[in-house]
Amino acid sequence: MKSFTTQMAWRNVWRNPRRSVLTMASVAFAGLILIFMLSWQFGSYDTMINSAVSIHTGHLQVQAEGYHDKRRIGQVVERPDAVAKVVERTKGVDTYTTRASAFSLVSSEDRTYAALVVGIDPEREPAVSTLESLVRKGSFLAPDDGYQALIGRLLARNLKVDVGDEIVLLGQGRDGSIAASAVRVKGVFESGQDEFDRSTVQIPMAAFQEVYAMRGGVHELVVVCESLDSVPAVKQRLASTLPGVEKGLVVLDWKELMPGLVQSIQMDLISGFIFYVILILVVAFSILNTFLMAIFERKKEFGVLLALGSTPGRISRMILAECGVMTGLGIAAGVVLGAAVTLYFEAHGIAFSGAEEILRQFGLPERMYPELSLLSATVGAGVVLLITSFAVIYPALRVLRLRPVDAISTIQ
Amino acid sequence: METQSIVSLSDVTKTYRQGRVQITALDGVSLEVPQGDFLALAGPSGSGKTTLLNLIGGLDRADSGSIRLNGNDLGAMSESELAGMRLEQVGFVFQSYNLIPVLSAEENVEYVMLLQGVAARERREKARAILDDVGLEGMYDRRPAELSGGQQQRVAVARAVVSGPSIVLADEPTANLDSATGRALMDMMRSMNEAKGVTFVFSTHDRMVMDYAGRLIRIRDGRVAGDERREGEAES
Ligand SMILES: Nc1ncnc2c1ncn2[C@@H]1O[C@H](COP(=O)(O)OP(=O)(O)O)[C@@H](O)[C@H]1O
Ligand SMILES: [Mg+2]
Repeated sequence: MKSFTTQMAWRNVWRNPRRSVLTMASVAFAGLILIFMLSWQFGSYDTMINSAVSIHTGHLQVQAEGYHDKRRIGQVVERPDAVAKVVERTKGVDTYTTRASAFSLVSSEDRTYAALVVGIDPEREPAVSTLESLVRKGSFLAPDDGYQALIGRLLARNLKVDVGDEIVLLGQGRDGSIAASAVRVKGVFESGQDEFDRSTVQIPMAAFQEVYAMRGGVHELVVVCESLDSVPAVKQRLASTLPGVEKGLVVLDWKELMPGLVQSIQMDLISGFIFYVILILVVAFSILNTFLMAIFERKKEFGVLLALGSTPGRISRMILAECGVMTGLGIAAGVVLGAAVTLYFEAHGIAFSGAEEILRQFGLPERMYPELSLLSATVGAGVVLLITSFAVIYPALRVLRLRPVDAISTIQ
Repeated sequence: METQSIVSLSDVTKTYRQGRVQITALDGVSLEVPQGDFLALAGPSGSGKTTLLNLIGGLDRADSGSIRLNGNDLGAMSESELAGMRLEQVGFVFQSYNLIPVLSAEENVEYVMLLQGVAARERREKARAILDDVGLEGMYDRRPAELSGGQQQRVAVARAVVSGPSIVLADEPTANLDSATGRALMDMMRSMNEAKGVTFVFSTHDRMVMDYAGRLIRIRDGRVAGDERREGEAES
């Protein structure tokens, strides 16, 4: 019984091969585009998040409450070692480092610029961020470096300094005193993010503690989790254990630390969504058209079936089976093609000439890669399936309302 | 009414509305069709033959009067009961476009049995046997497009009789055939009637076809204008 009906549906699909192939091609095309685009979006979000996380924020940060908004030098984690011990023991944490920072004036012999001076842990920092690999000239800091500094390429250019030159930092210490010190440029880094390269100086944490009179306090304890997915769980664990170590601390995740990034991802999702809606409408109309045409053309045949004792319900199911065959073939082709195209670009990447500026803002490479995942493949295929199922409802309902005499009166 | 009637119509009327115009297609038709009849409905085009056949087969409903098939009042049946009734008790043959184009001759015949829930093996045996009976042995796998008009009508008749319906309704079955092929089809229907006792009601306006009828009912303007039994007039 089943096989007879499916066989009949199969043959009906091939009655008008050109129309069916076109319909299936539009389903396949939509599947292909959806899978590729979703893979692309998810892939680029991952790249964006990972690079932003690895240059700047880490996955999570432990900070004094209010520091993220006010950035006052006195808002510190007082006992970073004790906090670090807890962090290290927390499940899902990969590694961590500490940072402290202060806005200061940075001067060379004949120029002065405002910059963020960051105290970093030269031993731990390379495991957390890509900073070490960004050093283009000179070398990265070592723990016993004393008063030496890394400086962004654009800031170096503005100050007209190079490796080995001396710069002077002038700011305010934690105690309100004037913090001033000369440091020697040990290395110049270039992240590609102009803002970062124009306004950042890194010095060893030990030097920072002395210059800014931090009394052991740090501003950020930067945490890297085992994966992006484990971030929420780690955040929750830390939020419950930290109050036992030190009061007044908060755990912020990368979304809270970089609201701009989250926003631009949302914008991208929305603009993608609009495109998908248009694409999906095209497919829906193509399915709708195919089946309305088929019903119109096959009215006589349906009349014969009804005269033989078949029911509108059965004929309607046959239409659904035909739609199922077409959609199934279309989606299968779409998944195969979509996966193939995605995998090709996953291997070769796509270069964005002209968009470097925007990409740089997020520290993104000029070549980006889609990322085929079960999610992007199934969401793409699922959405197409859903839409075609919707599109065939109307034709199927029209068949349900078919009265034998109306269908039969076309036979004469 | 010595034998039990398969079909029994009493004072049946049917009016079509086309915009503001009302067309009376049937105007008080009463009729008994006993088991085994080979009955021709004869009348000019537009006299109401098709309408009458559609009403008897439960494809459409009468405006007034009653139609009984094997004693059951069609007017009281739901659409799905009518579909079930058509499936089990009525065979249809139309003037043209009888066969499902994607199904082979054998599958077309099998289709009714499939709906009835007959097992695959039995379907196949019965379908082939009846196709042999109508002279289509060896053409089981041909699609309608690969059959001549006469052959297609034979498949339609085979399909109509295969599961032993109470009555076969044929609406101008020979109208699209040349006269020799038409004769052959009528011969075949006649022999089905004689050998298996299948009751046939067919419409025609062709004198040659009327000559095959065991009983001839003349229809004029939606009324019965004559009802005669004619024995042994068919020639082969
Ligand atoms: N669906 C319909 N709508 C309107 N009028 C119809 C319809 N079907 C048949 N008629 C009219 O009813 C009358 C009888 O038609 P029909 O039963 O087809 O006659 P026949 O089969 O003898 O040619 C004709 O006048 C025809 O025009
Ligand atoms: Mg007619």
